Order: sequence, then C-alpha cells, then structure tokens
Amino acid sequence: MKHPAPGPTDIHSESFLRSLMARQLKLSIACALTFLVALLALPLANYYAPELMATRVFGFTLTWLVLGVLFFPFVWVIAFVFIRRSIALENSEVEEAKIQISNPKSQTNSKTQNPNSKGPGVPGALLLGFGFWNLFGIWILVFGI
Amino acid sequence: MQIDPYILAFSFVTVAVTVWMGFRSAKTSKTASDFFVAGRSVGVGMNASAISGEYLSAASFMGIAGMVMSSGYDALWYPVCYACGYLFLLLFIAGPLRRFGAYTIPDFAEGRFDSPVFRKIAVVFVLFIGFFYTMPQMKGAGTTLAYIFPGLPYWVGVVLVGAVITLNVALGGMKGITLVQAFQYWAKMFAISVPIFVLMAVYGHYGNQVGVNGDAAWDEYKSEAKPAPPGTLNFVHDTNPAILNRKGLPPKAPADATWLNPFGPLTTKAAKTAAAAIGKQAEKTWDREGAALAAQRAPGVPPGQDSITTSSASIANAPTRQDAGGTAERAWLAKHEKPLALLYTYSLIIAIVCGTAGLPHILVRFYTNPDGAAAKRTTMWVMILIGVFYVFPPVFGVIGRNLLPDLYNGLGAKGTDKIVLELPRLLNEKYAPLGSILSGITCAGAFAAFMSTFSGLLVSMTGALAHDVYGRILRPKSTPEQRMRMFKIGAVLIGGVAIVLGSFVEPLEINFMVGQAFAIAAASYFPLLFMAVWWRKLTMRGAAVGMLAGGVCALVAAALTNFSNLALDKGPMGKVFAVFAPLNDFWAAHPLLRILCEQPAIWAVPLAIILMIVVSKLTAKTIPSDSRMKMLVLHAPEQLGLKQEYIQEHQPH
Repeated sequence: MKHPAPGPTDIHSESFLRSLMARQLKLSIACALTFLVALLALPLANYYAPELMATRVFGFTLTWLVLGVLFFPFVWVIAFVFIRRSIALENSEVEEAKIQISNPKSQTNSKTQNPNSKGPGVPGALLLGFGFWNLFGIWILVFGI
Repeated sequence: MQIDPYILAFSFVTVAVTVWMGFRSAKTSKTASDFFVAGRSVGVGMNASAISGEYLSAASFMGIAGMVMSSGYDALWYPVCYACGYLFLLLFIAGPLRRFGAYTIPDFAEGRFDSPVFRKIAVVFVLFIGFFYTMPQMKGAGTTLAYIFPGLPYWVGVVLVGAVITLNVALGGMKGITLVQAFQYWAKMFAISVPIFVLMAVYGHYGNQVGVNGDAAWDEYKSEAKPAPPGTLNFVHDTNPAILNRKGLPPKAPADATWLNPFGPLTTKAAKTAAAAIGKQAEKTWDREGAALAAQRAPGVPPGQDSITTSSASIANAPTRQDAGGTAERAWLAKHEKPLALLYTYSLIIAIVCGTAGLPHILVRFYTNPDGAAAKRTTMWVMILIGVFYVFPPVFGVIGRNLLPDLYNGLGAKGTDKIVLELPRLLNEKYAPLGSILSGITCAGAFAAFMSTFSGLLVSMTGALAHDVYGRILRPKSTPEQRMRMFKIGAVLIGGVAIVLGSFVEPLEINFMVGQAFAIAAASYFPLLFMAVWWRKLTMRGAAVGMLAGGVCALVAAALTNFSNLALDKGPMGKVFAVFAPLNDFWAAHPLLRILCEQPAIWAVPLAIILMIVVSKLTAKTIPSDSRMKMLVLHAPEQLGLKQEYIQEHQPH
C-alpha cells in the first residue's frame, strides 16, 4: 500500500506552512518592490534631475504627469497581477493539500500529528529567518536611500 | 452673498436621502452581529463601492483640491499614496486577516495572542486614530455649511452635521451604512467628475491649466511692470491656441515656480521658517558690526557680498541691512532646503502608505466579504474606483489657482479648502444657472464625503466602545440587548466628543490633519498587523510595547505641531492655544525636529518594529504554544477548513 509520508502535502506539517508563507511572501514582496521602487525613486528623480522632471509634456511638468496621472494605472496593473497570481497560488495550494485530504490514512495521520503541532514551535523559528530577512530588504530600501 | 437656492436644494436632498436610507435599513437589521459586520453577506460590487465610499473622505473630496491649490505639486503625494496604501494593504494584510476572521483589529489582537489584556491596549488606538480622523471631517462639514449659509459661524456647521450623523448611526448601524456608503461613492464620483468636465470644456483642459503656471507668456506679461490686474485677463497660450483666463495672484499665493516645484511650499515650510530666523539673526549681526563698515566704505565701491557663505565677515561686508539678512537666508536655504524637503516627502509617503493598512474603519469592511477570493476581487475594484476618483480633485486645485486666487486670502473655513465647492459657480458668469447647479452638486458630494467617513468612523469607534470596553471589560455578562443600547449611547457620546474636537481645528488644512491620522495609524496598527501576520515569534509583550511606543510617540509629535500651528492662528484659536506659541521659535531654530514631529512616520514606524523585535526576543518564552496553528489559519487557503478545525479544538477550553 502506497502512502505518502507526512511530507510536503501534510497541511499540518512545518514544511507545508513554511512553503505556504514563503510563496505568499515572495509574491507580495515582488509586487511591493515594483511599486515601492517607482514611488521612492520619484522624489530622488526630482532631487537629482530637476530640469528633466520639469520638462513640459502636454502642459504638465513631467513629474506632475507621472505623479498626478500615470501612477494610478500603474498601481492597477500591480494589483491586477497580484490578485491573479495569489488566487492561482491558493488554488495550487488547495490542490496540493487535497491529495492528502482525500487519502483517509493520512487524515488520521494528521489528527495524530495535531498535538505535535501544538508543542513548542521550535522548527518554526527557521521560517522567520527567511521571512524576516526578506522583509528587512524592503525596510532597507525604504530607509536606506 | 446670499443663500443660493440650487446649492441648498442639492445639499438638502443628499442629507435627506442619507438619513432616510439609514432609517429604512434600521428596520431590517436586528441582531448585534448585523450591526457590527452586516452579516457578511454583501456582494463584491456593493462592498467595493461601500469601501471606496468610506475611504473617500472630506480629505479626498475637498482637502486634496485645497492643498493642491495652496501647495501645488507637493500635495499630489497625498492622492497617490492614498491609492498606493490600499495596494500595500492588499499585498500584505488583507488576505491573512480575512482568513483569520475576527470582527475588528482588537479581535485580531486578542485572537492572535490569546490575550484579553492586549485587546484592551489595542482598543485605545481605535479611539485615538478615530478621533484624529474625525477632526478633518468636521472641518469639512463646518466649511461646507459656512459656504452654503454665508455668515454662519464655523462651529454651528460642525454641531449641526455632527448631530445629524450621530443620530443616523445610533439608529441605523452598519447594515444601513453599507448601502448608504455604496450610494455615496457614486454620488461623490458624479459630483467630482461632472463639474470638472464642464469646467475643462469651458476654461481649458488639465494640462493647459497646469501649463499657464510658469508659462513664458505669462511671465513676460507680468514683467512688463504693469500693476497686478484686478479682473480677468486673456492671453494666448504659446503652445495651445485656446484662450485661457487667469487672474492675478495675491501676494500670499506661492509663485508659479515654487508652486510647480517638487519641493514646494508644503515640504520646505520648516526650512523656510528656519532660514527666515537665520536672516533675522544676520541682520542683527550686521547692525552690530556691518553698519560701521558700510559707513566707512566709499560709495560706488562694490563690496564682496556675492560669495554664498554665512561667515560673519561676509555679513558684516554686506552693503545694507537687508542684503546681510537676505544673503544669509539664501545661503542657508541653498544648503539645507532640498535635503529637508526630501526627508519630509519620504516621511509623508511612509505615513500614508503604511497608515492605510492601520485605519480601523477600513479593515472592518474586509470582513463583510463572503470569502477570501471575494475579498481580493473587492480590493481590485476598490483600487480602480478610488484611483479614478483621485485624478479629479487636483484638477479643481489647479483651475482654482488660475481662476479663483481670491481664496488664497481667506482664512480657516473661507480658505482654499472650499475650492471644490465654490469653483463651479464661476460658470454662472457665462451660463447661469449652470454654475449654481454644479456647485450644488459638489456641495452634495462634500456632504456625502464627510457624512460617510464620519459615520464609518463612528461605527468603528462605537463598536470598540460597546463591543470591547462595555461588552468585554465592564460588563462581560451583558445581554445582546444591553449591548445594543450601549451602542446607541456610545454613538452619542463619541459623536459629542468629535464635535467638540472638530470646532477647534478651523485653521488647519483638512488634508494635513488626515495625513497625521495616517501617521499615527502607521506607527501603531500597521506594525502590529504586519508583524503579527508575518512573524511567528512575535510575542504579546513585544507587540504591545512596539505598538504603544510607536503610536504614542507619533500622536504626541503630531499633536505638538498642531498646537503650535493653532497658536499662529489670527482668529480665536490663536488665543486658546497661545501657550504653545514659544514652540514656534523652537521649530525655527530646529527645522529638522519640526519635520520629524510634523511627519513622524519615518522614525516612528521603524521604532515600533524594532521594539517589537527586541522585546519579542527578550520574552521569547511567552510565544504562544499554538503559534503554528495560528499561522496556518492566517495563511492557508480557506477551502482547507483549518479555521473550523481550530475553533473546534478550542471549544472545550
């Protein structure tokens, strides 16, 4: 009888949670970086290239056109991409987990594992490492420039 | 000026419809849960409109236009960051929080850490942020009523509008608000866009209106040494043959170059004040040392005053007192103005982008979606709905600068904050009574704006009071009926306090106050939500210390700058807050500190996050034992049913 070991598809396992959070965080950070880079670079462009940013385009200054008009569609594109990807991500996570749920053996398996999951979450510490340093990347971007 | 019947009629209809809808739906909402989260049965389109309706406050409708008019480019950061902030909320917080399924932020705070104590701490900030955010709404109300009824004191408008909304909330609750706010979004959208299109068709489009500022032809006209033109003047735009009207700017208005500058009046205010103080200092120095030198100097010999330094030698060498002051001022500005303005800009961006995620009344709305996917689709629509809206208010500010520069001379409720209301009236010159009708429509939109946001805030704050303070802390055994009664009493109580606070803030700009409310949210709730969702090792103590320290620091800093600004007011508020006048001398001597207090997000947000990390590391033993399960509930897709499993496991305890 073939039975998947309580590995990547066990929804109560440490590795499932870790991959779940890592994938979600990666997507969120990629999207956040896209708009943060644009948003935070604009004041710098105003600072270091004032003549360029004051160029007239349809009567606006270039920087006015970017900030007052073009930024909104840009934000929509990021939101649209994020929502599509995150819904796809959730669906694939559900698919992954269903393989495990549809197998009654592993269902009981997960029940017996539950008490474990309530123990001191020592392995969980590792996840933080990943998530936290990634976050730190963002904060460096925000404050370090 | 007398009461315009069209304006009165439109405003009255908006108020009447809002109140009627509130009363009507009050009949259909029965249970306490109905009141708090509208039964989670709201459709995507309806909910997206309602969220947008609530989000677009008086700051968006009136404040942005007023601030673009008074500060130019600087003010554009506000609408853009309001929209980007929503994106940030979507990326990091909306999904997990929706899955966790708590009614309010305090619910989340308690559920995440299993700590009723933490809930009490978290509730405090619903009230802090809420009150800070109601003040600009009240200013919007006072300004609008003072416009509709010329001669009416500002505070009467605040009391009147505050009383109507408070009554409406006490009787209608959240269910009514969802419907009313969805309606109000479309009312606001219509009210801001239609007058703009008509105004642009008559007076020239957005680009042209921006373009006449700093236009070569205009500069040439002004440099011909004519006196400032009293009325309208026509001149041909050099790139577009359309004839644009522009009126002469009063001396109080910022010059074209300053207004268009990315580091304009708003971001450079602190530096300008400091430079003026340095100029004065230099003049004193000149009085002491330079006057004698200038007297000795033979007339006609040019002194070496062009070197840009502030050394005492160059001050003493200046030919006149004014030159000495001016040189010192310019030298200081050349060195410090732009870096300080850049810092201000970044702090503002952080405050608004992060603060959106921490607004108590916005987050509650996510729970009114039937499921997580619907919550995401809702957010996409919200992004589009508010993004489209935010293109329009700056156009009012730009056209207002060209056509209604008189407002630069107005104070408080008579200043630039009312540009959205008054600008369409200009059309009466050509097409009466179209101007009055459009002005009536924008007034109706303004009513929709501050009424919807104020009632949303009132529901959140009253919910916190009835649900948390009364239902959980004071009388844990109270029946639903008792809580409902408390909801009504609480609404009246909080509405009353908001009205009192609102009557103090007439001299402050609407948008500015909202920015500060965002800064407080950014330094308190945002770090809490962000870290609690993504960092498993956050402990209750860490979260509490970080949130309290960041939030209270930001609150005190923002309040200090508001007090010092109010002390500068020439009206009655200047006398009330006269105690804080010496603070302005301190700001002049320390422009950096002023910026850091006026826009505290740049240090308060990292402070909160660092404290959370440090204290959590120190109290690592108190990490909740089931933190992995909590993380799973936050992050695993809802179809897996982990939440039910979790709830079942916890029932027996």
